[in-house]
Amino acid sequence: MKSLAKRKNSLANPKNQIALFNGGVFANGELPTFKNKVTESNQYPLKPNKLEIFQVNLGYMCNQVCTHCHVDAGPDRKEIMTTETMQLCLDKLKESGATTLDLTGGAPEMNPNFRWFVEEASKIGVQDFIVRSNLTILRANKKYYDLPEFFKKHNVHVVSSLPFYKKGKTDKQRGDGVFDASIEALKELNKVGYGIEGTGLKLDLVFNPAGAFLPGNQNELEREFKSALKEDFDITFNNLFCITNLPISRFLEFLVASENYEDYMDELVDAYNPEAVKNVMCKNTISVDWNGYLYDCDFNQQLDLKVATQGKHLSDFNIDDLNNRQIVVSQHCYGCTAGAGSSCQGTISN
Amino acid sequence: MQKTYYDPKDLKDFGKISEWDQELGEKFFEYYGKVFEEGALTAREKSLIALAVSHTVQCAYCIDAYTSDGLKRGLEREEMMEAVHVAAAIKSGATLVHGVQMMKKYDKLSM
Ligand code: SF4
Ligand code: SF4
Repeated sequence: MKSLAKRKNSLANPKNQIALFNGGVFANGELPTFKNKVTESNQYPLKPNKLEIFQVNLGYMCNQVCTHCHVDAGPDRKEIMTTETMQLCLDKLKESGATTLDLTGGAPEMNPNFRWFVEEASKIGVQDFIVRSNLTILRANKKYYDLPEFFKKHNVHVVSSLPFYKKGKTDKQRGDGVFDASIEALKELNKVGYGIEGTGLKLDLVFNPAGAFLPGNQNELEREFKSALKEDFDITFNNLFCITNLPISRFLEFLVASENYEDYMDELVDAYNPEAVKNVMCKNTISVDWNGYLYDCDFNQQLDLKVATQGKHLSDFNIDDLNNRQIVVSQHCYGCTAGAGSSCQGTISN
Repeated sequence: MQKTYYDPKDLKDFGKISEWDQELGEKFFEYYGKVFEEGALTAREKSLIALAVSHTVQCAYCIDAYTSDGLKRGLEREEMMEAVHVAAAIKSGATLVHGVQMMKKYDKLSM
């Protein structure tokens, strides 16, 4: 499989995704727009709270091509952050007062300057330094084999996606061989102390549904993942984060092609939870793309919805402007507010 | 007037049952919710039982609801299909076991 961009699929253009959100069931009034729904619960416009998380997308290149990927990442994507932009990130991170640095991608490890960035970033001393790793990259090539040790040295908090604790569902969503490679990578991470009680080295897993449905209860799934991984592979980890698939990019392509789009949007709207709106991740996050542009979150980044402030780039970073901005929303936001809510840190309301 | 007896949208309106009799409606939904809470059986096991029973009562709404519920809980299709076979086996067994009654009655009446 190739990325939407490579296939020249019309959904590779974010404008066409937004047009879809503004048409059909949302245009004929069958479903309320996100803006109207939030207005109804007296929460519009969405404004940020204190900035805590500085999330940097190091590029869209990835060794995998998952069917649900909201980034449309893959080996054929060449967008990669340069060291100059990385340096700008570090400067602005210090200025911003954010306490968490969160590196994502694609596979952030594939950026040739990844190690340099991690080394420099760890000197800043943020409270929580997250790297989102897809696991298989750690076993994809010998040059990545020492990454668990490297992460440990820089006290990185590893957050990894594992769609399921069994092979079938995992490989269906992420590709053949992904499950076995992920298990191997988890064992390597455990070996250096990640996910092991008392080491302080955090290893969290991310679960997202393999299809057009919402994730189940996070606590129940965490219990099942923990007991199955322990029993079958002697693997341990800290927390499981359940993340709802947002209807964008390749997941949107799947929804449209399988004729699930309207039902899925209906389910998201139906599960709208005003409590979750209070904690959507754009409230405490700024997302930076490979080119240094700023967004309310990684989803808005993929839809090319830049922050609604005068300066939209790291080079015009102005924390006061950002703190006072209005968050840019569209129908995809329903994915963050459905049921228990969803963020990069899992569910957001009980 | 709709042209089919079943409309998938009716499932979403199930809660409206209480509009015509609030007390009984609420009591039912309270009971229903309680039944599916984690107890001696896990919520996952209960979901599988519900899926199997949905097939024996042949309720299209329930099959819809508990297939989705199973997916959310991470049930594998093998587990779901086995549950349906258990339901089918009991249902066909229940039909067939009455054959004994038929045989006895046949034998009794026959010369
Ligand atoms: S979901 Fe993650 S691992 Fe899969 S293609 Fe996208 S970025 Fe890569
Ligand atoms: S998609 Fe982004 S902007 Fe929309 S609610 Fe979620 S975090 Fe906020």
